Amino acid sequence: MNHSIIEKNGTLLLVLSLIVVSIGGIVEIAPTFYLENTIEKVKGMRPYSPLELMGANIYKREGCNLCHSQMIRPFRDEVERYGHYSLAAESMYDHPFVWGSKRTGPDLARVGGRYSDEWHREHLKDPQSVVPSSVMPGYKHLMRPLSVPNIASHLKANVVVGVPYTDEQIEKSAEDLVAQANPDADGAEDVLARYPKAQVRDFDGDPKTLTEMDALIAYLQMLGTLVDFSTYDAKANFR
Amino acid sequence: MTNRKIDQATGTETTGHEWDGIRELDTPMPRWWLILFYITIIWAIGYMIFYPAIPLISSNTKGTLGYSSRAELEDALKNAQSARAQQIENIRTSSLAEIKADQSLHAFALAGGKAAFKVNCVQCHGSGAEGSKGNPNLNDDDWLWGGKLEDIHQTIKHGVRFELDDDTRSSEMPAFGRDEMLTQAEIEAVADYVLSLATKPADKMGVHENSGEETAGGTDNGAQIFADNCAACHGTDGGGDRSLGAPSLNDHIWLYGGDKRTVIESIFNSRKAVMPAWTHRLDEVTIKQLALYVHSLGGGE
Repeated sequence: MNHSIIEKNGTLLLVLSLIVVSIGGIVEIAPTFYLENTIEKVKGMRPYSPLELMGANIYKREGCNLCHSQMIRPFRDEVERYGHYSLAAESMYDHPFVWGSKRTGPDLARVGGRYSDEWHREHLKDPQSVVPSSVMPGYKHLMRPLSVPNIASHLKANVVVGVPYTDEQIEKSAEDLVAQANPDADGAEDVLARYPKAQVRDFDGDPKTLTEMDALIAYLQMLGTLVDFSTYDAKANFR
Repeated sequence: MTNRKIDQATGTETTGHEWDGIRELDTPMPRWWLILFYITIIWAIGYMIFYPAIPLISSNTKGTLGYSSRAELEDALKNAQSARAQQIENIRTSSLAEIKADQSLHAFALAGGKAAFKVNCVQCHGSGAEGSKGNPNLNDDDWLWGGKLEDIHQTIKHGVRFELDDDTRSSEMPAFGRDEMLTQAEIEAVADYVLSLATKPADKMGVHENSGEETAGGTDNGAQIFADNCAACHGTDGGGDRSLGAPSLNDHIWLYGGDKRTVIESIFNSRKAVMPAWTHRLDEVTIKQLALYVHSLGGGE
């Protein structure tokens, strides 16, 4: 039996196992990278603004995705509670994505615009002050100043993994980061021009300091609001 | 290695391997298990034929059943909709007052409103609509922007100070302290006066008390500051103005708290509570149902 050759050669066994496992990976994962119907064609989706990007980083740092999903599945109960089911296009600029797999808290894929900034602020500092039955811990420390060593290089790193930031967006990223949380800043309108639908205002109730709270709330208020569903062809994207 | 023998004790074939005289039995898998295994293979082939499965060049095979989870959802929503189509159509075409007058339609709208309230409103207004600091109680008859059906409908639809909606309700209280319009002493005086409005309804009693615990002249001074700075929106008697969303200050109902410190904070920094507009998120029928539900909670006018 030739089987004994494999059993007697550890390296050969390793190589052949690797080949067998790779076939599973190639068949299941590789097609999603080239199939044209993986990511829907939508209007409105854009790379995150620098402030939103920093918010997304804080979201990941604090592990929000461990208790909150960002994936509304195409079921009636979920759609009636959270809104339109999530599209692949809506997380195409997430690196890594934060779909999550557990809902201790509600899904956040369309939390943008659902609550006021003040509600988010109070809720993040002390969740039980607005939702008495909540088991979410408080995140008071988010009121500390946002520390960003080099936002431009951060955007460039995203370009490497496929996020289409333009040269202009990279060049002006430091200005945009500050301007989005300060409507009185000179660059406030430029942020809107570079990042359509971006919300430009003071998010954390403290106009003087750019805090982590500003970034996280800017990110949360953007979630699920970018895609223009009035031009979205649902039938063409049935799958 | 291919020295396969029948084991004497069990009558089962051995694998032919031998380690220092120890041999390994080659017991065949149970027949029922083997049959199940073959069935799963046949099942997989059938699945690939009937359901979307195999990735090709630009797309994947669609399967002969044409199944799509998103299409299935669309059907489920359509079926749910059609079961209630008549009532929903009636709500869509009727005015709020007409719905309220029609007993069965009103009951239907209240049930729908109650469900929608639990999903969308309880996070701020509380599961019993009791409100919390900065989020108004919806059970009482103290309304910021009006408690008539149309007022509530307008507030839900377009929100309050929600900058993404052009028709949103909007007003702005000045930050008297932060923007240095009043001094700290003046703010304290007017805060004392505001608190006295709630505890001593002077306009109704026709007397102006001045108890010893207040600093002498503090309230009088406060009254003057109130008349100059606050009365334009909150009314000369502190009764508020619903067209501006200016809360009544002469009742015992406080949105942020009725202690002196909180009142001073409100005057110093102003308050700018925001309620989101729901017109882009909920359909018109749901918004009407919510308006009727909130109106029915106890304070509806």
